[in-house]
Amino acid sequence: MNSGEDRKPQGVRPSLFLERQSYRRRRLMDAARLLPILGGALVAIPLLWPSQGSSEDGVPLSSAILYIFTCWALLIVISLIFGFAARRMVVSDDAEAESD
Amino acid sequence: MATLNVLILVCLGYVVLLFGVAFAADRMAAAGRGAWLRSPLIYTLSLSIYCTAWTFYGAVGNAARSGLEFVTIYLGPTLVMLSWWWGLRKLVRVGRTQRVTSIADLISSRYGKSNTLAICVTILAVLGGTPYIALQLQSITLSFSIFAEADPSGLYREGSSVFWVAAGLAVFAILFGTRNLDANERHHGVVTAIALESVVKLFALLAVGVFVVWGVAGGIGPMMDRIDASEIGQWNVDAGRWTTFIFLSAAAFICLPRMFQVMVVENADEGHLRTAAWAFPLYLLLMSLFVVPIAVVGLDLMPEGSNPDLFVLTVPLSQGNDWLAMLSFIGGFSSATSMVIVTAMALSTMVSNHLVMPIWLSTQGGAGSVSGDVRNVVLMARRVSIAVIMALGYYYYRLSGGGAALASIGLVAFAGISQILPALVGGLFWRGATRTGALVGLTVGFVLWIYTLLLPGMGGAIMPDSVLQNGPFGWGWLRPRALFGIEGMDPMVHSVMWSLALNTAAFCAASLLSFPSPLERLQGAQFVNVFDHSVSPAGWTGSVAQSEDLMIMTQRILGSGPAQEFFQHEAEAQGGRTSLPEPTPGFLERLERELSGSVGAATAHAMIGQIVGGSSVSVEDLLAVADESAELLEYSSQLEAKSAELSRTARQLREANTKLTQISEQKDGFLSQVSHELRTPMTSIRAFSEIMRDTDGLSAEEQTRYAAIIHDEALRLTRLLDDLLDLSVLESGRVSLNMGGDTLGSILDRAVSSSLAGSHPKLRIRRSRPSERIPLNTDLDRLGQVFINLISNAQKYCDADEPVLTISAHDVGGQVVIDFTDNGSGIPPEAQSMVFEKFARVGGDKAGGAGLGLAICREIMQRLGGEISYLPGQGGAAFRVRLPLAHRQAAQ
Repeated sequence: MNSGEDRKPQGVRPSLFLERQSYRRRRLMDAARLLPILGGALVAIPLLWPSQGSSEDGVPLSSAILYIFTCWALLIVISLIFGFAARRMVVSDDAEAESD
Repeated sequence: MATLNVLILVCLGYVVLLFGVAFAADRMAAAGRGAWLRSPLIYTLSLSIYCTAWTFYGAVGNAARSGLEFVTIYLGPTLVMLSWWWGLRKLVRVGRTQRVTSIADLISSRYGKSNTLAICVTILAVLGGTPYIALQLQSITLSFSIFAEADPSGLYREGSSVFWVAAGLAVFAILFGTRNLDANERHHGVVTAIALESVVKLFALLAVGVFVVWGVAGGIGPMMDRIDASEIGQWNVDAGRWTTFIFLSAAAFICLPRMFQVMVVENADEGHLRTAAWAFPLYLLLMSLFVVPIAVVGLDLMPEGSNPDLFVLTVPLSQGNDWLAMLSFIGGFSSATSMVIVTAMALSTMVSNHLVMPIWLSTQGGAGSVSGDVRNVVLMARRVSIAVIMALGYYYYRLSGGGAALASIGLVAFAGISQILPALVGGLFWRGATRTGALVGLTVGFVLWIYTLLLPGMGGAIMPDSVLQNGPFGWGWLRPRALFGIEGMDPMVHSVMWSLALNTAAFCAASLLSFPSPLERLQGAQFVNVFDHSVSPAGWTGSVAQSEDLMIMTQRILGSGPAQEFFQHEAEAQGGRTSLPEPTPGFLERLERELSGSVGAATAHAMIGQIVGGSSVSVEDLLAVADESAELLEYSSQLEAKSAELSRTARQLREANTKLTQISEQKDGFLSQVSHELRTPMTSIRAFSEIMRDTDGLSAEEQTRYAAIIHDEALRLTRLLDDLLDLSVLESGRVSLNMGGDTLGSILDRAVSSSLAGSHPKLRIRRSRPSERIPLNTDLDRLGQVFINLISNAQKYCDADEPVLTISAHDVGGQVVIDFTDNGSGIPPEAQSMVFEKFARVGGDKAGGAGLGLAICREIMQRLGGEISYLPGQGGAAFRVRLPLAHRQAAQ
């Protein structure tokens, strides 16, 4: 068993550049991979907020709620867009084999 | 005020509704209708069993205690869903292609079908799941008690209500979780009922939230002000707990048996993940949207010391909004029931497959190989397992007394089940992960979890305070809450950090150091490179198309005539609306049996599974197929060997027949020759004896001459008869040898002189005397006879102008080899094999021999322990005589 790259036949070199549609699909997959990293970063930001002890200039809970739920909604919207885009891709080139 | 009786009636009505929905969904799925049962929406809603009663009630309690910390429990799964493209998608694909039935099955399957691992995961899951079930029972009971307090009749008794709730849930789980034993372990009825419950609990929580924000606080703005003014009005979350809980909930979301059940096992189409990726986070967001407002309003309105875990119920009740409280109660009831049912189903599958069945099969000793038998036993095992698991949950609740805050038990369970994560993620993404690594990692994580979290949390009865303060045996560095002397951490963070870190480290180290078995390596490749080995599953395919595929395949295997007849027969048996039968289980079973007659059971199973199940062939299937092919190959090679033997025998028979025919011809030839040979001297003897009898006045000289002729002819007859007699004596083995010693040279000298006496034309003999000084101890006369025969043959048959016979002797490896080679044209190849036969005469009868000489030579040489053979390709006729030297040594 080889890894994905090795499995391609030796004689035929895959072309370096892809057609526009395949290119878009790969960037879409990149976006899908980046999305959780973005989510993780957004969720980690509250760690920077001052907590306990410094009661004078603490972050009010309402702002915290606003921030977290806005980020959450944003991630959901991006995921929704990606979901629909991915569906269109799958429908448009159903026959094409999946690859990275 | 709603009385307890109304509440119980509503509950029963709701349960009956769930039964109805589940039953109808099962019926529709069985009939092949109801594509919406497999829609992404249902899938997403079924995922929301993640939100149990713990989150329904406990989130508000948690928010009332520590502000926004509760949201971590929802953020973790959100992040997991967002990374579906490279995480969950792989998990689901692996689950589908490997026909995985539970998370224990997945882990065991990845690490070479190791049942030990499966047992470990099962035990871990049961240990983690039991308190969780107890938690659900507790939440239902608590919510009952809220209504009971308000009920003046006071008939409520807590203990019996828990029992009846547990029993009712067990019955529901048994009825719908173990009705059928599907190869894919899908339960449409249960999943649909869960989806309905998800809608109910979301609606209930949203309704309470809307009531609190707009009904009590008076809008969003005032609500926000109220939040900031409350005692939890500031961001006050410990960074360590925030990170740890997000990670923990993400891990538990993947590893919890019930989540695995709905996410992977019940998944009908991989594409559903695409929808769930945004829809499930949205569901979670909506679930947590009103948690803080409810908590803040609850803290404001309720009297000091009231349980914040029940604000969802008590806030509407205190405002006199009974119907809303009832709805909220149903929401909490829904969360608890759906979670308990799916958990019981998932755990019972694991317990029956990995604990009960192996034990049952080993006690059965292979006698229960009838499939119907096992089916019933599996179903029974699952039913009993569900009952036992529910009983465990019930007793855990009774033992613990239902005291601890709801959320803390939930987190302990999360931390326990997350110990599977390293083995799971490692198995999916790292081919080097081994069974040993998984076992060691799981054990380390499990032990640390018990030591640092479970036991300290159970109170002084199980782990004494002295151990907690000073460590076991006074070893300070082993204190359960300050391992290796790291103090001041939150106990939860401390335990999760140590157990998962050491778990992962042990898993990696043991994997690197151990060597996997072949099956493990195969499975590892199948899991890690699952996208290379499987095709994208194409949703639901029409049943007729499946039948066509089956038909094509069957025709290839059985031949078109029998295949069409079989399908026709089946279609008629099914009612015969179409020419092709529907692929019902019964039909598939008969087809498989039919095919297995031709290609073997495992192969037939794999082929049908490929077409009908849409799942790829597992390694076990392949091994079984390989076994079958190996048997076939062995059988065919045996057949081949037999056929080769037969053809060899046939060839030998043919050769023997040819030889017999030749010999018979020779015999005929010899008989005529012998009669000719006998008649010629006879004729002359008779003629001359008649002349001597009838003619008067023969001169004495004439008489002498005639008598001499008669005498010569009589001698010739005698010689011929002597030869025949000699041969028959030699052949019958009644000859006696006169052993004597002499050198080879002198034997040859005598033979040459006696055979060349008076011959014409003169045959020249070429000899090498030094090499002939080999002493022999043998029957000298007989050996001389052989030599004479060979020399006179050369004399008679050599057709060269100047005939020369070369006699050479060698000592080769303990044998004397004497070659007699002449310079004539030799013996033609087709006659070479015949020269030593009796009566064989080469080139007709031109030399007048009887054809017995060489036959006699061969017999003599056999008696002397040597042999005589013809040497082809020496230029002329060449004979080789071999004699063993043993005789010479004996003589010395």
